[in-house]
Amino acid sequence: MSRIKEFNLPDLGEGLTEGEILAWLVKVGDVIELNQPIVEVETAKAAVEIPAKWAGQVQAIFHPEGATVEVGTPIIAIDTDPGAGPIEESTTAGLPTPSAASLAAVEIAPEEGMVEPGLIGGAAPGGRTAVLVGYGPRNAPAKRRPRKGVVPTQAAAAPVQAAPVPAPVSPAPVVNGTGRAGGPVLAKPPVRKLAKDLGVDLAALAGSGPLGSITREDVQRAASAPAAAEPLTVAAPAAANFGADREQRIPVKGVRKLTAENMSRSAFTAPHVTEFLTVDVTRAMKALDRLRERREWRDVRVSPLLLVAKAVLLAVKRHPMVNSTWAGDEIVVKDYVNLGIAAATERGLIVPNIKDAGRLSLRELADALTALVQTAKAGRTSPADMSGGTLTITNVGVFGVDTGTPILPPGESAILAFGAVRELPWVHKGKVKPRLVTTLGLSFDHRIIDGELGSKFLRDIGDFLADPEAALLAWT
Amino acid sequence: MAKGDPGVTSRGRRAAPRSKRAAAAGEPELVQLLTPDGERIESALGPDGTEYRVDFTDEEYRGLYRDLVLVRKLDAEATALQRQGELGLWASLLGQEAAQVGSGRALRTQDMAFPTYREHGVLYCRGIDPIMPLGLFRGVDQGGWDPNEFKFNMYTIVIGAQTLHATGYAMGVAMDGKTGSDDGEAVIAYFGDGATSQGDVNEAFVWASVFNAPLVFFCQNNQYAISEPLERQTRVPLYRRAGGFGFPGVRVDGNDVLASYAVTRHALDTARHGQGPSLIEAYTYRMGAHTTSDDPTRYRIASEVEAWRAKDPIARMKAFLTKQQIADESFFTEIDEQAKAESVHLRERVLAMPNPEPVTMFDHVYPNGSPELDEQRAQFTKYMESFEGSAH
Repeated sequence: MSRIKEFNLPDLGEGLTEGEILAWLVKVGDVIELNQPIVEVETAKAAVEIPAKWAGQVQAIFHPEGATVEVGTPIIAIDTDPGAGPIEESTTAGLPTPSAASLAAVEIAPEEGMVEPGLIGGAAPGGRTAVLVGYGPRNAPAKRRPRKGVVPTQAAAAPVQAAPVPAPVSPAPVVNGTGRAGGPVLAKPPVRKLAKDLGVDLAALAGSGPLGSITREDVQRAASAPAAAEPLTVAAPAAANFGADREQRIPVKGVRKLTAENMSRSAFTAPHVTEFLTVDVTRAMKALDRLRERREWRDVRVSPLLLVAKAVLLAVKRHPMVNSTWAGDEIVVKDYVNLGIAAATERGLIVPNIKDAGRLSLRELADALTALVQTAKAGRTSPADMSGGTLTITNVGVFGVDTGTPILPPGESAILAFGAVRELPWVHKGKVKPRLVTTLGLSFDHRIIDGELGSKFLRDIGDFLADPEAALLAWT
Repeated sequence: MAKGDPGVTSRGRRAAPRSKRAAAAGEPELVQLLTPDGERIESALGPDGTEYRVDFTDEEYRGLYRDLVLVRKLDAEATALQRQGELGLWASLLGQEAAQVGSGRALRTQDMAFPTYREHGVLYCRGIDPIMPLGLFRGVDQGGWDPNEFKFNMYTIVIGAQTLHATGYAMGVAMDGKTGSDDGEAVIAYFGDGATSQGDVNEAFVWASVFNAPLVFFCQNNQYAISEPLERQTRVPLYRRAGGFGFPGVRVDGNDVLASYAVTRHALDTARHGQGPSLIEAYTYRMGAHTTSDDPTRYRIASEVEAWRAKDPIARMKAFLTKQQIADESFFTEIDEQAKAESVHLRERVLAMPNPEPVTMFDHVYPNGSPELDEQRAQFTKYMESFEGSAH
């Protein structure tokens, strides 16, 4: 065993994940005794002194005072036999950087390039997934289980699978279970049970949990994923799902369940009114074309939705009351707009929002929209992205329909449905001409928003879309 | 040790004067035989007039000192091991050594003890290897000593629950006809000041009282129920609670190993003779944290801790042994060396504790197994084997 020993920050309470170094009581070069206090660490529960685990000489200190250190991370290295002369090359190989063995012991993959300045040697482990909520470092090197870093090999093995669709959502059983290079499938027993109940093959999933483990959400996502992820020969697999009674029973879980709960709650608590407005958006579409031609917008994704979002944000400024929440005995009117965009993803309907969208320039708004859509499509939308929405747009036009009567997301007072933009006969300057026309549908909470306010709000959105340049000049 | 039965008890008169020292300090009556300065008090009277005294040989005095020092040192080692990540948790007994060693040494071989999770000193006195509870706190076993072999029940984490277990056990002892003589059996239940607010403890008082159970309720009043001070537990001194339940109560200086011994020995003898339960409130102080997850500086002031440091149970014993020339510096050094060696030995054994095979969790659920459990075990074994290259 190496004479240089690294001491990993243990879980000083019960289930703690990190601690702050308050003060080092020793310095590099100090000769210390067993159980001599070496460092004061403050955790969420207590400030405590840690006694030295070994006698010897302090070889390196990995974190300065004030640093917050994850449990399981090496904090000090001690030469347990300083009298034995200079340290051999082999023993110094891993120093003063925490050795690979110590990192393996806590099952954390080191992240390259993560250098904390001001430290001796500097490199800190990429300790964002401290799985060791247990009781201290192990003496023997931990058994190596597949770690995060191993997951890509699964992707590399993907070609053996039938459909090269993004792996996380494929519910199709993958026959070739040996496609997984790294070893066993990582999943907690309840998750395995769930997968079994839902008929999801764990081997076909890529986990999003710690160390690439498969989470409950992964399974539910796979179970509720639409048939799109399956091979395009739609009829056959669909038929296979029906039993003898020609009925299929789909468990209500995950996004579907959440959607159902939210929609029911909203539909039966907030009295909705829906109004419609059909608008000639030919000028707006031309304006978009001109925007796309501008050099600085060349790489930006410019969609009609961008103009609708801008219209909504400007109209909210003129009618702040629509951006509010019914809170029982009071109405909360918000000065910020977290603009929700309903997105159809393979997981189902999700409504991520753009935080404080009213402050963004058009360019920033375009970038935020693009990022939001891409994140949603990739299934990486975080809960934080989806919470706190204040007003929402649902772009049903992409499905080729004209409009709808959307249901309010809970806690919001208005939602705009944006229908398909079609070329229709339209009276323009006294003559019937083919024009680009769309229909807007605005649902609002009639407890807060009267017909007059709702109508004015919708009218303003329509005015902007009919002639964006004039509206901008008039309103801003 | 202390087989010479120095726990002499004799009924005195109620009019006899109490310990002047305790009265002068303005504290409730406190049975004390060794002052914080190491002065011996010949005898002390309890609230019911019982006279307490001890008559140890020099060897026995030195033995008590050795116990105190060893228990403290092993406890400190366990605390250090927790800080070093080798134990998940530790509940230190620092400051309470005298109450535990005194009461623990007062037990006779046949007596049964029901501990909390902090009775490391009593455990030591019962002859149990101090490594035993460390397996529990390291999370590698259930702390598995045989309670029948050592007459020391498993550590009980649930606050106060063991007082009911002890009451039932003691009632059983009485029903078995094992009381009523000098060789009778007695039972002791340990708990803290916080536990006195639990329903369990009050129920135990009721049952033990009305069934005249051969039971000693030994309350280590260390002044804090985690962070909650004693004044949030009671408006009267805890030992007086016993009166309402119909049995005697006494407060003893819990930092005085001699008085703790004398009071416990008397209460046990009362119980073993079929004279029913009693309550001992060992007035002491938890010098450390409630457990290693606790930070006592957040709820108590340093001056209070310092005041109690002056009443340290080991310092007063050392002062007494020195003054009486019962022991000299070489003895103290020898004890310190022994304690250090034992703690190092303890550390080595803790570090060498093997992690149990996960499947062993099924081993002691039923004495003869069960079909359902066997199936679970088989499933679990299969699951563990599904890990590639697994050594499980």
